[in-house]
Amino acid sequence: MIEYLTSSVFIILMIKIIVIFGGVMGALAYLTWVERKVMARVQMRPGPTRVGPYGLLQPIADGLKFLFKEDVVPTNANRFLYIAAPVISLIPALLSFSVIPFGPWLQVTDLSVGLLFIFAITSLGVYGIALGGWASNSKYPLMGAMRSSAQMISYELSLTLSVVGVLMIANTLSLNQLVLSQRNTWLGFLPRWNIFVQPVAFLVYVVSAIAETNRLPFDLAESEQELVAGWHTEYSSLKFAMFMLAEYANMVTVSALATIMFLGGWSGPMFGPGWMQAILPTIWFVLKIFVFIFFYVLLRSTIPRFRYDQLMKFGWKVLLPLSLANIVATSFIVAIS
Amino acid sequence: MIQIVFFFFAAVTVGAAINVIAQKHVLYSALSLILLLTAMSVLFILLRADFLAVIQVIVYAGAIMVLFIFVIMLLNLPRDEDGADRLRWLKFIGIPLGLFFLFLVGATVWNVEPSSAQPQLVGSAQAIGQSLFTDYVLPFEATSLLILIALIGAVVFAKKDL
Repeated sequence: MIEYLTSSVFIILMIKIIVIFGGVMGALAYLTWVERKVMARVQMRPGPTRVGPYGLLQPIADGLKFLFKEDVVPTNANRFLYIAAPVISLIPALLSFSVIPFGPWLQVTDLSVGLLFIFAITSLGVYGIALGGWASNSKYPLMGAMRSSAQMISYELSLTLSVVGVLMIANTLSLNQLVLSQRNTWLGFLPRWNIFVQPVAFLVYVVSAIAETNRLPFDLAESEQELVAGWHTEYSSLKFAMFMLAEYANMVTVSALATIMFLGGWSGPMFGPGWMQAILPTIWFVLKIFVFIFFYVLLRSTIPRFRYDQLMKFGWKVLLPLSLANIVATSFIVAIS
Repeated sequence: MIQIVFFFFAAVTVGAAINVIAQKHVLYSALSLILLLTAMSVLFILLRADFLAVIQVIVYAGAIMVLFIFVIMLLNLPRDEDGADRLRWLKFIGIPLGLFFLFLVGATVWNVEPSSAQPQLVGSAQAIGQSLFTDYVLPFEATSLLILIALIGAVVFAKKDL
């Protein structure tokens, strides 16, 4: 036991965990700034400008505010579940970062079933929302929780099925192997990314991912006009911050998965001295994730919300058949070649 | 190290299992069941059956139990208190039957030789896929037919006029 705790394997693992966890938490805080700033510019507003240059210290101010606000628990709430719900939704969201390869060596552990692990872990996040809405013992949160969990279950199907085509081509479930399988180029210039061979799967994945993370245009769960704020209406201070962190973490996770499966993960042009070669993959990976995040924010600020029946119809009658057809077509082609 | 992990999660599994039947509130029972399934998937990982572990969480904890929780929340059931008296005679049959079952399981486990198969070769996704589509193809297809029938049945029940 003691030998293991002082061995270099353990220490390197701890350093990796600290680097990834610290990086992710910092990035999540600044995502709120990016979202507010980009949305503001799209809508011809300046966005946050008061705290620090360009409002850059805004996330820190917000974080402090979350810490010092009064923590309200409604009188008729189920106290235990009310407090547990934000934790239940945050832990799975952060746990999925343990298998995501941020670079060839910057990965906590490379599970042989890494992709399924992420799907399994993120599917537990529904409980945080469902329990939070129910435990508040109030009408709007319950409605929001029901909507949100129904939506997450529906879109999880097409999200998971859209990936199958990629898995058949790459022949692996490990995330690092998935990245390695897309490293070369076609004809010397076109990167061997799965987006070019699986465009339908990519479209289905991106759309379901937006719905899965409860973002606009699919944020029926917290549609302000009807449900105040959905399942987290009653939440305040740090518990609300945990829900928000979980939402952003899920956003980063689905973007990272999209990058790994369709855009070649951390692969990219390598140049410069040794130390640059070491950090370049991570930079490519982060940039690719950022493209997705930027797209999310653009969508949020430009597109109106779906109606609830449209949302369900779209998921079950368009995306699900599309992803099933993609699986059949891909397996046919894989079997022939 | 592995032993510590095993005993911790084994204890969680047993504790959650007891909690499922001990709780008066149905929602807490369902939540304990989710905890039980998740803790059990850790035991699967210790046996090097990664695929089974993950599938257990995806299918049971992530999909089926969500529907359970859904129904319980929507119905908002009262605490089950007067139901206990009605079934008192079950206790007298249940305890000896439970002990008998425990004895059967114990005897079976005691008599089984430790498997010599390579755990990595049995528990991986590739190995499970291989055996599902070669040795067990008939049970596999029969099960999927059964699920299809259940699905159609559910649709027929839900839609009053087709």
